[in-house]
Amino acid sequence: MWTWFYKLASPPYVYGVAARFAPWLFGAAALTIGYGLIAGLGIAPPDYQQGEAFRMIYVHVPAAILSVTVYSIMAVASAVALIWRIKVGHAVAAASVPIGASFTLMTLVTGSLWGKPMWGTYWAWDPRLTSELILLFLYVGVMSLRSAFEDPARGDRAAALLAVVGVVNVPIVHFSVVWWNSLHQGSTIVTLEGPKMPGSMLWPLLSMWLGFMLFYGAVLCIRVQGEVLNRERQSAWVREAVKS
Amino acid sequence: MSGFWSMGGYARYVWPCFAFAALVVAWNVWSARRSLQAARQRAARALAMASRDTQ
Repeated sequence: MWTWFYKLASPPYVYGVAARFAPWLFGAAALTIGYGLIAGLGIAPPDYQQGEAFRMIYVHVPAAILSVTVYSIMAVASAVALIWRIKVGHAVAAASVPIGASFTLMTLVTGSLWGKPMWGTYWAWDPRLTSELILLFLYVGVMSLRSAFEDPARGDRAAALLAVVGVVNVPIVHFSVVWWNSLHQGSTIVTLEGPKMPGSMLWPLLSMWLGFMLFYGAVLCIRVQGEVLNRERQSAWVREAVKS
Repeated sequence: MSGFWSMGGYARYVWPCFAFAALVVAWNVWSARRSLQAARQRAARALAMASRDTQ
């Protein structure tokens, strides 16, 4: 276990593993998302209150979970990179930023498309919506800070610091519907009493959630190879990697 | 079938929602592949320059 953990700090090892895993993750993501879409759009019954509009949750909820999960992974990778000076940590964090930002944008856009027919407005300065918007700003801030320095190593450190500090927003996003009066509905899947949905609605949602996670893993594998190459350009192993 | 496409009168919200999600997914694949390709080209250029300097 520890040997494997140490290996993860090695750029050529991570580059090789990422290249091997990417196609499998893409395949698994396509299968789970495919099932989720077919069952979510075609088989699940309409909601008794929201009718067919509820089907938007099949992209909105997985995107929202992914937006905070990716930020948490990015913050952990940044902390590892800052504390133990592991370059791969910066590579994982840098590779995660555009993915996380795009899924946060997806959360906001799909949420506002759901909000219009349900709440009568595309946007409200609601605690959940506002904290999710702050999450998007954090992603953009981390991305901009990394590219604001001429020395890439300094950019990496500054971005990592902001990513670690910004992680305070993750529990705020999650608990915003509990702590404050929010238009946004509370948790439907993870509750003390168990999921509040019947299986015919829940399984497609869980499949979409798994599919989005696998998709993140696949895209991360592609992006992290590039980020590792950018940081290891002078290393001998890169010669072989670039040739192949 | 037309009932499926009309989404109970919510088609103007449901389909743009799924279309935007598809767009984000497609952008992620395209952008990740492009960034890896660019990184490979930069690394190859750096190696070519290094080998030219040593000659």
